Amino acid sequence: MLRTIAVLYVTGLVALPVASVVQHTFADGLAPVIEVITSEDFLAALRLTAIVAGIAVTINTVFGVGMSLLLVRYRFRGRRFISAVIDLPVSISPIVVGVALILVYGSYGWFGGALEDAGFRVIFAVPGMVLATVLVSLPLVLREIVPTLEEAGIEQEQAAQSLGAGPWQRFWRITLPTIKWALAYGVALSLARSMGEFGAVRVVSGSVAGVSQTLTLYVNDSYQEFGAQAQQQAFAAAFVLMAIAVVLIVVIAALRPKEDRS
Amino acid sequence: MSLVAQVDRATPTARGRGRRPGELTRGAGLGLGIGVLWLSLLVLLPIAAIVSTAFEDGIAGFWEAITDPEALAAIRFTVGAAALVTLVNAVIGTLIAWVLVRDQFPGKRILEVIIDIPFALPTIVAGLVLITLYGPGGPFGINLVGTQAGVVLALLFVTLPFVVRSVQPVLIDADREVEQAAASLGASGFVIFRRVILPTITPAVVSGAALSFARALGEFGSVILISANLIGKTQVSSSYILKMIESQEPVAAAAVATLLLGVAVVVLVMLDVIQRRTARRG
Amino acid sequence: MKFTFTRRSSRLAAVLAAASLLAVTGCSSSDDPGTGSTQTAGSSEAPASEAPVEETSIDLVGFAVIQAAYDDLAAGFAQTDAGAGVTVKGSFGASGAQSRAVIAGQDADLVALSLTPDVDNIVKEGLIPEDWNTDPQKGIVSDSVVVIAVRKGNPKNIQGWDDIVKDGVGIVTADPGTSGSAKWNLLGAYTHGLGDNNDKAAAEAYLQQFIDHVVSWNDSGRTATDAFVKGTGDVLISYENEAIAARAADVELDYVVPDSTFLIENPAATTTDAAQQAKDFLTFVRSDEGQQILVAHGFRSPFGVEPTADVVGANDPSDPFPAPARIWTVEDLGGWSVVNDELFGKEDGLVTQLRG
Repeated sequence: MLRTIAVLYVTGLVALPVASVVQHTFADGLAPVIEVITSEDFLAALRLTAIVAGIAVTINTVFGVGMSLLLVRYRFRGRRFISAVIDLPVSISPIVVGVALILVYGSYGWFGGALEDAGFRVIFAVPGMVLATVLVSLPLVLREIVPTLEEAGIEQEQAAQSLGAGPWQRFWRITLPTIKWALAYGVALSLARSMGEFGAVRVVSGSVAGVSQTLTLYVNDSYQEFGAQAQQQAFAAAFVLMAIAVVLIVVIAALRPKEDRS
Repeated sequence: MSLVAQVDRATPTARGRGRRPGELTRGAGLGLGIGVLWLSLLVLLPIAAIVSTAFEDGIAGFWEAITDPEALAAIRFTVGAAALVTLVNAVIGTLIAWVLVRDQFPGKRILEVIIDIPFALPTIVAGLVLITLYGPGGPFGINLVGTQAGVVLALLFVTLPFVVRSVQPVLIDADREVEQAAASLGASGFVIFRRVILPTITPAVVSGAALSFARALGEFGSVILISANLIGKTQVSSSYILKMIESQEPVAAAAVATLLLGVAVVVLVMLDVIQRRTARRG
Repeated sequence: MKFTFTRRSSRLAAVLAAASLLAVTGCSSSDDPGTGSTQTAGSSEAPASEAPVEETSIDLVGFAVIQAAYDDLAAGFAQTDAGAGVTVKGSFGASGAQSRAVIAGQDADLVALSLTPDVDNIVKEGLIPEDWNTDPQKGIVSDSVVVIAVRKGNPKNIQGWDDIVKDGVGIVTADPGTSGSAKWNLLGAYTHGLGDNNDKAAAEAYLQQFIDHVVSWNDSGRTATDAFVKGTGDVLISYENEAIAARAADVELDYVVPDSTFLIENPAATTTDAAQQAKDFLTFVRSDEGQQILVAHGFRSPFGVEPTADVVGANDPSDPFPAPARIWTVEDLGGWSVVNDELFGKEDGLVTQLRG
């Protein structure tokens, strides 16, 4: 009974709609889909998505590893406050994230004017989109690493240190192998979130086709255009994003048991 | 380990096996300084900008902005829909977690993967996905575009994993001997659930529900396509904020944003309190 | 033994953090032109001139419903000598929002917006030259009229403005806060109320009825169409060209040109630091050839260019632009400054009051 309810609920809410998009995408066969995903605008959007997500994930990985080491291994004033601040952005609306960035870094924001005078544009340019993406996926890496680090303790590191290992050596040889699955898991999560961000990026990007239009914006903009071809574009791009999401989920699922084993 | 990463929050006391964490060294202090600077530029300053813009015209201006009929309707609907979605998730999410842990059936692994899809799927694609099936010309002949039910459906979609993924690990760890003992003493299934299982999983249900509430409150991408943005009916707060910022009304946008921020902070604090209480008990 | 981070590792951490900052800052320059192109069709088949064709691009910031027309304009422009090798990169959205985006710093060589005040606001910031509208058309490049779109077959038998404020009729429109289309729509409703007697009380009364019947305010003319097509409401108030474009793309709707309607005038202007190519493109848009492309997309021509072929999607493709009995203009009402104050003032404009 319970099983039936669970299966029916998940099927109706997720599986069927997803299947229907796949069916919709390939309703006219493979050719139109290929035409879309080889079009210049699509490729530009894909490239931009990869660049923005790549930079954002890199930043969050460096930040996540560094900050989790600090949070776990040191005690200092304001530690819990910092921890809370890191969690905040994922709990607020992406639109609020975008608006907040505009108020600080937009032309009429607190810093935007000065930055622009220095020839540096944040909002309506890639840096703003990166900032927005970094924000919405800020804690994902860190929250995966922290429990692993806490679990592992620092005995091994101390042993290595007493044997004369330098800090960099200790990080590569001991810390990194300890956290590698948690890290991989966190990176995969961040990547999924970063590639899929829409609301915050929508606010800070001008969505210029081929320049500042990410894949999610491409889906939205195409969907709003009239005609079968535009709809085909929207569905084909949505399908690509969906395929990436599913691959990432499978990767994440594969990482999970390994992480538990460690 | 849950997909919902925020559930695994830092516990205030280190439970590591190693020695106690140390005082800040000079090097670590420098690293911390850089980290804090980054956080300030990235999170604190923008949030400060929102709050200060919201109160640019004083408390009266803030009050006027959030009591604007259109804003109020959007806030009311958003909070109501988020609450409803959270309630549904608390029940059905627990049920799904239960089935995933205690039941064996073919296709269970597929179900596991499907549950994570809403988390990894871009929200705008989620909106497109739902409108294809439950929009005009859908195979079932139901059109939920422009209805409150449609918005609730979208919110249910994006928040599906939260409760499931926070309850699941607790259920896996739960001690089944206690249940068996209770059963051997003649307790009915319902009594066992209420007296033995429910107390164990309640903190997990609450934290999953709190996260899904926060998410539903701020959701934008998955909602916009299906909501048709009917003012006073299906317009959510996020859409309202976007419209205000695009209409050059930063105070109105920031005021409602501040309200949402406040709720997010309250939810996070609540979560922290619950988790610390459980940690202490455990 | 005390656990310490040595100075060396901290320096590394500092370098890494600095590098991540640099990574953000560094990529401001990475949105260089040359990544992807949009609406040129012709850059490859452009006429081969003696000199090698220089590849350049124009940033176009346009209002929501013009993308298809401007795609074709860009393709047409690329066929000309002046336009060889020029790519037009477009961003499309609600006119007011786009205007503010340009003010807020979005790159633009050419803006094509729904209404003149949206361009004037950019002029005020010094981003568009003051003399942008000194040509005989006052900067206007395309015209249209306000129409009432209805469900296929017109099941509620809507013939004009009075039919859409009857019981049980829900109106879909854009929102005047962000959208130009919305302002035109409300002007259409308002002037219908004014009537031949110029009766302001009657106009206000009608506008109130109209606003009370709106079930969906959308952020742009295009999202309004989308909401209507997806099943919201019974009538959509929009541009004539939008209704024609929708029908040409097989979207299921019909439209009615009411007896009394409003002349929509869409301006375009190049920005202060626009490339010469942007100016050439605007000249092309104004040329007979450019106007012909706009007309084919359902716009009326402020230059009096008549369609040379059937306009697909129009009620009568061979006579696509019927003259309504009464057509109001902004001039009739005293110009934009009066209209903006009286109707669309944020604090006490009539629309703000009536929506209260």
